Amino acid sequence: MSTELPEPASKIELKPGVGGGGEIPQFNITLRVRRYLPETTADAYWEDFELTMYGTDRVLDALHKVKWDIDGSLSFRRSCAHGICGSDAMRINGRNRLACKTLLKDLDHSKPITVEAIKGLPLEKDLIVDMEPFFQSYREIMPFLINKGHEPSTERYQSAEEHSKFEDTTKCILCAACTSSCPVFWTDGQYFGPAAIVNAHRFIFDSRDDAGDMRLEILNDKEGVWRCRTTFNCTEACPRGIQVTQAIAEVKQAILARSI
Amino acid sequence: MSAEIAAPRSQRLDPKYTRARKSRGSFEMIAWLFMRLSGVVLVVLIFGHLFTNLLVGGGVKAIDFGFVAGKWADPVWMFWDLAMLWLAMLHGTNGVRTIINDYAEKPATRQWLKGILYVATAAIVILGTMVIFTFDPCIPGSDLLVCK
Repeated sequence: MSTELPEPASKIELKPGVGGGGEIPQFNITLRVRRYLPETTADAYWEDFELTMYGTDRVLDALHKVKWDIDGSLSFRRSCAHGICGSDAMRINGRNRLACKTLLKDLDHSKPITVEAIKGLPLEKDLIVDMEPFFQSYREIMPFLINKGHEPSTERYQSAEEHSKFEDTTKCILCAACTSSCPVFWTDGQYFGPAAIVNAHRFIFDSRDDAGDMRLEILNDKEGVWRCRTTFNCTEACPRGIQVTQAIAEVKQAILARSI
Repeated sequence: MSAEIAAPRSQRLDPKYTRARKSRGSFEMIAWLFMRLSGVVLVVLIFGHLFTNLLVGGGVKAIDFGFVAGKWADPVWMFWDLAMLWLAMLHGTNGVRTIINDYAEKPATRQWLKGILYVATAAIVILGTMVIFTFDPCIPGSDLLVCK
């Protein structure tokens, strides 16, 4: 049994064409993917895919379309697909970006959109690199709270001012976009890299942490912060908008202040 | 061509990613600090040098053996030029050392290039220092007043 509901008093008559979703624009793109299939070919090569995509689509959607509808052998990492997990960092049109945060409508469609794996880490397949060297450096800076005192019965208090010193660097999602955009890291894999320094910064400037000196000592290495050439590639690449180069400079200053 | 994929966390890393043991001391920090401080001092020294040589007095055309001899008769200018020589050479050498570290990929290339760099630097610094301190205006044929 159905009853006719009276129209709500708040209903507004819209003129045709105003409001609503309307039709989503559609466009054709060429997705140029750097393929590497170690089982069948010795070298990496470019492969083009012609796709029809929508204005709301991201580069990740284009990759999904290729993998699900065209060529299932295309390999890439992605987990949450919403810019939180940091799995799908890749070089899009020569810049390190998260595929899930890069809208196709913001890219130039007159040229092929190039997608390749991040640089500086060993390539395993297509867009997948071995992240182990990256996490090795991350582990070395001890990315966990070290506190000498007794464990308090309540939470560890911290003022808003104390928190603001390292708030920016807490945003890191470990996607490796910064480290793999760093020209120093490309030629010197032993360099700790921006991501490890950012995560060290997060604890060095935390008032609740007592191991700042140990971390500064670790980063005062030949391959530590002094390897940074302030090219700002890392800041430009960070999908979370962390001021990476500034964080590195603050760690440099902290090491200097501690030594002098 | 191998498609061997090791188990995660099996600690296999390409040797190029394994850091050699922890470096001792703070040489890199001192080098970094030196670049900034010497840069600031060099701006003053070099522009002072250019000003006195090119703008004051007879300008660039007046620079000759006698002009240099006159300048180096004054200990202030001897010290000025000595500081400029040492700071500019060390600043430049450290800059090139950094570039070699950044761009040379093979350790052997890196060692060779840095070796050549250090030898060249040492030669220029020692030679320059000797000239400043042992400068003799009265070489044979000199017609400067002090030599008569």
